Amino acid sequence: MSFDLKQVGLTHGNGFRALHGISLRVGRAERAAVIGPSGAGKTSLIRLLGTALRPSEGRLDLLGDNPWQQPAGKLRALRTRIGTIHQSPPIPPRLRVITAILAGRLGVWPAWRGLLSLLYPADIAGAEAVLARFDLADRLFDRCDRLSGGQLQRVGIARVLYQQPDLILADEPVSALDPALADAALGELVSESERRQATLFASLHAVDLALKWFPRIIGLRAGEVVFDLPTARVSDTMLSELYAAEGGVLPTQANPRAPVRDPGEARMDIGPQKIVKLDACRGR
Amino acid sequence: MSVASATPSDPLLHRDPAARARLGWALVALVLLWPLLVLAEFRPWVLFDASNLRVMGSFLAGFLPPKTSMEFMGYLLKATLETLAIATAGIALALLLAVPLSILCTRALSVSLIGPGPGLHGGNALRAAGRALLTFLRAIPEIVWALMFVRVLGLGPAAGVLALAITYGGMLGKVYTEILESTDTRPARSLLEAGSPRLAALAYGLLPNAAQELTSYTVYRWECAVRASVIMGFVGAGGLGQLMDQSMKMLNGGEAATILLVFLLLVLLADALSSTLRRALA
Amino acid sequence: MKADARTATGSIESCAPRGAADFCLSCMLTSGALLAAVIASFAYLDIDFGSLFSGESAASMAGFVGSFFPPDLDPAFLRKAAYGAVQTFAVAMIGTLLAAAAGLLIALPASGRHGLAASRMSRFILNLLRSVPELVWATLMVLAAGLGPFAGTLALALHTTGVLGRLFAEAIENAPRLPEQSLRDAGCVGVPAFVYGTLPLVWTQCVAYGFYRLEMNIRMATVLGFVGAGGLGQMLYFHLSIFQQAQAATVLIAMFILVLVVDFLSDRLRARMARG
Repeated sequence: MSFDLKQVGLTHGNGFRALHGISLRVGRAERAAVIGPSGAGKTSLIRLLGTALRPSEGRLDLLGDNPWQQPAGKLRALRTRIGTIHQSPPIPPRLRVITAILAGRLGVWPAWRGLLSLLYPADIAGAEAVLARFDLADRLFDRCDRLSGGQLQRVGIARVLYQQPDLILADEPVSALDPALADAALGELVSESERRQATLFASLHAVDLALKWFPRIIGLRAGEVVFDLPTARVSDTMLSELYAAEGGVLPTQANPRAPVRDPGEARMDIGPQKIVKLDACRGR
Repeated sequence: MSVASATPSDPLLHRDPAARARLGWALVALVLLWPLLVLAEFRPWVLFDASNLRVMGSFLAGFLPPKTSMEFMGYLLKATLETLAIATAGIALALLLAVPLSILCTRALSVSLIGPGPGLHGGNALRAAGRALLTFLRAIPEIVWALMFVRVLGLGPAAGVLALAITYGGMLGKVYTEILESTDTRPARSLLEAGSPRLAALAYGLLPNAAQELTSYTVYRWECAVRASVIMGFVGAGGLGQLMDQSMKMLNGGEAATILLVFLLLVLLADALSSTLRRALA
Repeated sequence: MKADARTATGSIESCAPRGAADFCLSCMLTSGALLAAVIASFAYLDIDFGSLFSGESAASMAGFVGSFFPPDLDPAFLRKAAYGAVQTFAVAMIGTLLAAAAGLLIALPASGRHGLAASRMSRFILNLLRSVPELVWATLMVLAAGLGPFAGTLALALHTTGVLGRLFAEAIENAPRLPEQSLRDAGCVGVPAFVYGTLPLVWTQCVAYGFYRLEMNIRMATVLGFVGAGGLGQMLYFHLSIFQQAQAATVLIAMFILVLVVDFLSDRLRARMARG
C-alpha cells in the first residue's frame, strides 16, 4: 500500500475548496495518472500527497502512516521517501546541474556531507548516471541558468530519480518537452518505477501520454474524482465529458487545445512524423 | 533514455572541472587573509584579557544608572541644540556652495551647447573645472576637514560647520547637477533657444520638474548632517560628540550612557522628521 | 514646491509663468520655518564670521595650508605611510568579512524563518548595531580591546553587521520560497536546506552589498584612527597634533590613493561578477 485517501478535502486559506470527498487507494509499485481540465485540483492533490499541504478534512495515509500525526523526526523520515517532480523545477538558477541533482539526497545525507558536497561534489558518478538517462550527461557541470526550459525540466526529474523515493509524485513532469522527448522521459520514469518497485503518481495535461504509459487513469474535475478506472475501460465519451467544461477540448501532446473532431476515430498526433493510434498504446 | 548517446567513458568527466580553480582561489584567499589578520592585529583573546575586562567592566557598570543630574542635563541640552544647529548651519552654507556650482556644471543650462554655439570649448572647460572642484570637495571625509579646521579655528562648532559646508557642498552640488540633467530638459532648452537668461531658464524650465527631488535630497542630507555633526565632535568640533568624547576619556559610564541614549533618540528623530518631510513632498 | 511639481509635471506648459494660486500657504509657512531654523542656528552657534573671513584669519589659514607643502617624501616615512595604508585596508577588509558572517547569521532569524519572536529580537539587535556610528563603537572598542587596529576592526564589524544584516534579511525575505520548500518536502532540514535552496538565490546580491560596504568601510577606516584605532587615521591625528603638517600631507595623499585604488578594484570585481 502506497497511499490511501478517505474522503479527503482541501480548502485553501482564501476559502477556495480545491478538493473534496477524494477517496483513492494506490498500491505499492502501482502507476496511476490523474487527468482533468485545468483548475480541476490536480496540483493540489499532488501537493497534498507530497505533504506540502495538510488536508482540511478526511483521512490521509501515506506509506503506512498518517504524516500529520507523526513527530517531526518521523515526518522528516517519511518525506525523504516521497519525491515530487514539479512542473517548473524549483532549482535556484545559479546552482550547477550536479549540485541540483545531488540536492535530491540531502534528506538522507547527514548535514556535514551536504555541506562538504558544496566544496567538492560527493557523488559525481551517481549524478552522471541518472543524468545520462535523460541525455544530459554532458551538462553535468553547467550552471542551471544556461539550460533551456526543457533541459531544466529533465534535470528536475533526474533530481527526484536520484532521491530514489518509494513514492514518485509528478506534477505535469514533461510539459516543457517536445513530444518525442516527453515520451522518452515518461518512459524513463515508468522504467524506474518498475525497476525499484516505486509507486508513480503523475498528473498529466496530455491525455494521450497518460493513456499510453499508465495502466490506471483517474479523472478529476472541480476537485472531485469523476472516474478511476483501468486504462482499457476509459472510453472516449468519458474523456470528452471530463473536458466538457473546456468545450469538449481534449488536450494532447501535439495539439494541447484542439477539439476532438471525431471521438469514434480518435487518432491523435504524437509528434510530426509518427502517428499513433490511441487504442494501440492503451495500457501498454 | 532510449536514444541516449553512448556515455563517454572519459575519466575526466568524473572529476569536477571547477575543483582546481576553487582550490586555487581558496589558497589565494588564505594567503591574502593571513597577513591581513596580522596587520589588523586580529587577536580576539585580548577582549578577555583581565585588565581590559576590568576597564570595560567598570565602565559598563557605570552605565547604570545613566547620569540625570540637572546640571548635566543642562549641558546635554546645550550640546544637543548645538549639534542640530551645526547640522542646519552646515547645510545652509553647503547650499551656498552647491547651488552656484551645480548651475555652473549642469549641461541642461548651457547656452554654448545649443548649436553648438560660440564659446563651446570655454564652456566645456568651465564645466569640467566645476566638476573637478565638486569631486575634490567631497573626496575628503568631513571629519578630516573638521580635524584640520580645529587646528586653525580652535575647538568649537565653527570647525564643524565649515567642514560640513565643504564636504556636503561637494555632495549636494554633484547630486543637484545630476538631478537637473535627469529631468526633462526640453522646457529649459526651448527657453534658452528663445534667448532667455540662464537663471530664468532654471526657474521656469527646470525647477518646476526637479524641485521636489532636489528638496527631498536636501532633507535627506540634513539627516546625514545630524549624524556627521555628532561624530565630528570627537575631534573637537562641538556638540554631543565632544561631550561624549570627554565622558569617554574620563571613563564616566553614567554620562556616556545618557549621551548615547540622547544620541540614539536624536538620530531616530532626525530620521522620522526627514521621512515625514519627504513623504509630504512626494 | 509641492504645487510647483504638480502643476507642471513633465510638460512644455511648465514654461508658462506661474500664477499667484501656486503660492500655497503651507509652502510659505514651511519655507518661513526653515529660514527661521537656519537663522536661529547661526545665532545659537554665535560664530564670528567677520573675524573668520578677516584678512588676519585668511593669512593664518593660508599659512596653515602652506605648511602642508611640500609633503614629506622621505623614503622611510613613505614606508610608514604605506604600512599605515595597508593596515587601514586590513582593518576595513577584516571588519567587513566579520560583519558579513555575523550579518548572515543574524539575518536568518531576522528574515522571519524562525518565528515572529526571533525575528523581532534579531531585528532589534541589528537596528541597535546600525544606529551607533562606527566612531562611537570605536571609542567603546578602544576600551574593550586596547588602542590599535583591532579596536577599529571590531568597531567596523559591529556597525556593518547591523547594516549588512538588515540588507541580507531583506534579500532572504524577498527570495522565492519554493526551492527551499521543495527540499524540505523531500525531508531535508536546517542548514543544508538553506544552503542549497535559498542561499544560491541571494548569494550574488549579498556579495554586491558586501563590496558596497567595503568601499564605505575603507573611507571609514581611514578616520577611525582619530580615536586610537590604528591605521592612517591615527598617523594623521598624531602628526597634526604635533604640528608636523608635511607628514600629515603625505598621510592625506595616502588616504586619497587608497580610496581610489579600492574603488577601482571593487568596480572591476563587480563588473566581472555581473558578467560571470
